[in-house]
Amino acid sequence: MSTNSDLDLVPAIATRREDALSGLGKMVSQGLGWARKYSLFQYPFVTACCGMEFMAVAAARYDLDRFGAALPRFSPRQADLLMVVGTINVKQAPILKRVYDSMADPKWVVAFGVCASSGGFYDNYATMQGIDRIIPVDVYIPGCPPRPEQVLDGIIMLQQKIQDQRHQLTEGKQPALPAKG
Amino acid sequence: MSQAALQKLKERFPDAVTQTYTGKGGDDVALVKKEAIAEVCRFLKEDPDLLFDMAPYITAADYMGSEPRFDLVYQMYSTRKNHRIRLRVGVPESDPVVASVTPVWKGANWYERYCWDMYGIRFEGHPDPRRLYMYEEFVGHPLRKDYSLRGRQPLMPERTVDEPFRGPGPTGG
Repeated sequence: MSTNSDLDLVPAIATRREDALSGLGKMVSQGLGWARKYSLFQYPFVTACCGMEFMAVAAARYDLDRFGAALPRFSPRQADLLMVVGTINVKQAPILKRVYDSMADPKWVVAFGVCASSGGFYDNYATMQGIDRIIPVDVYIPGCPPRPEQVLDGIIMLQQKIQDQRHQLTEGKQPALPAKG
Repeated sequence: MSQAALQKLKERFPDAVTQTYTGKGGDDVALVKKEAIAEVCRFLKEDPDLLFDMAPYITAADYMGSEPRFDLVYQMYSTRKNHRIRLRVGVPESDPVVASVTPVWKGANWYERYCWDMYGIRFEGHPDPRRLYMYEEFVGHPLRKDYSLRGRQPLMPERTVDEPFRGPGPTGG
C-alpha cells in the first residue's frame, strides 16, 4: 500500500464524502469547507495542566496561527472549535455542556489530552471518564500532556475532517422572508 | 522541635493529653481527647510561651476497622517562636462531632469543611458548614474507606458510550 503522506494513514478522516451531492452543491460544499477549516476560532476550555501545553502550541514557537486557528475567543458564541483542555470532573460537566450548547453551528470539539479523552488515570469518584460522555467529540489528542506536534497533528486531522464534511450555505429550513409592502 | 511545648501542654491538661511521642523526623505529637480539643487549641495559641498562631493544616485519616475509626490531625506552627506541634484526636464513627477551632484560627475554616466533605466529621460551631470540594447533591464522603472507588454521581445524564475498553461508567464497577 503506497501512501502520499502521513495523513492518508488516518482512518478518522474518511467520514462523510459528498459523493451524492450535485455538481454545484459539491463546489459550494468544498468552498465552504475550505473557508471553515482555515478559520477555526477556538474556545479554550482550559481546566488543568494541559493548559500550559496549549499555551506552548498557541505561542510563537509552534504557532497555531499557521493553521488559521490562532485567535482564542473567550465567548462560546463567537467560537466554532471547542478545545477541552484538561480534566473535566463531574462538578464541571454541566458547565462544559452549557458552553457547548451556547456555540453556534457549525461547531467542532477537540479533546485535548488523555484526561479530556478518557479520564486518564483519574479513575475515581470525581472525574468524568471522557468528555464524550456528555458532548460529541471530533478529534481526540492523547498524551499527558500531548506534545505540541501531536496537537498540530490533531488540528490538521480536524481540518481534513472539516474539508471532507458536507457544508451548506443554509442549514435546514430557510428563514421566512418579510412580506413586501 | 518543641519538647518544652509538649511538656507544658501535658502539665496544663493532664487529663486531656493521653499520650505524647516524637515521631520520625522529630515531629512532636500529642494525642488529645476529643472533648478538650477547642480548649487545648485556645491554650496553645494564647499562652505567651507557646504562641501557636498558625494552623498550616488540619486533616483526617480513616483507619477503618479500628476504634476510634477516624483520626483528626492538627498541625500547628508558631511564626514568632518558630516551633511546631501536632495534635491527634481520635473520632469514633458513632459520634463524629468535634468542636470547631475556626474561632481560634480563621484559617481552619476550609480545613474543617474539607474534613466534613471527605470524611464526614462534623464540626460544632463552624460558621459555614458546607462541603468544600464536592457538590451539594453528592451523597456520602468519598475519602472514607468504605466509599466505592468509582462511585461517581453524575449531575447530568450521560451519553452512552459503546466502547468496551473505556472502563466503567458513572455507576462504577
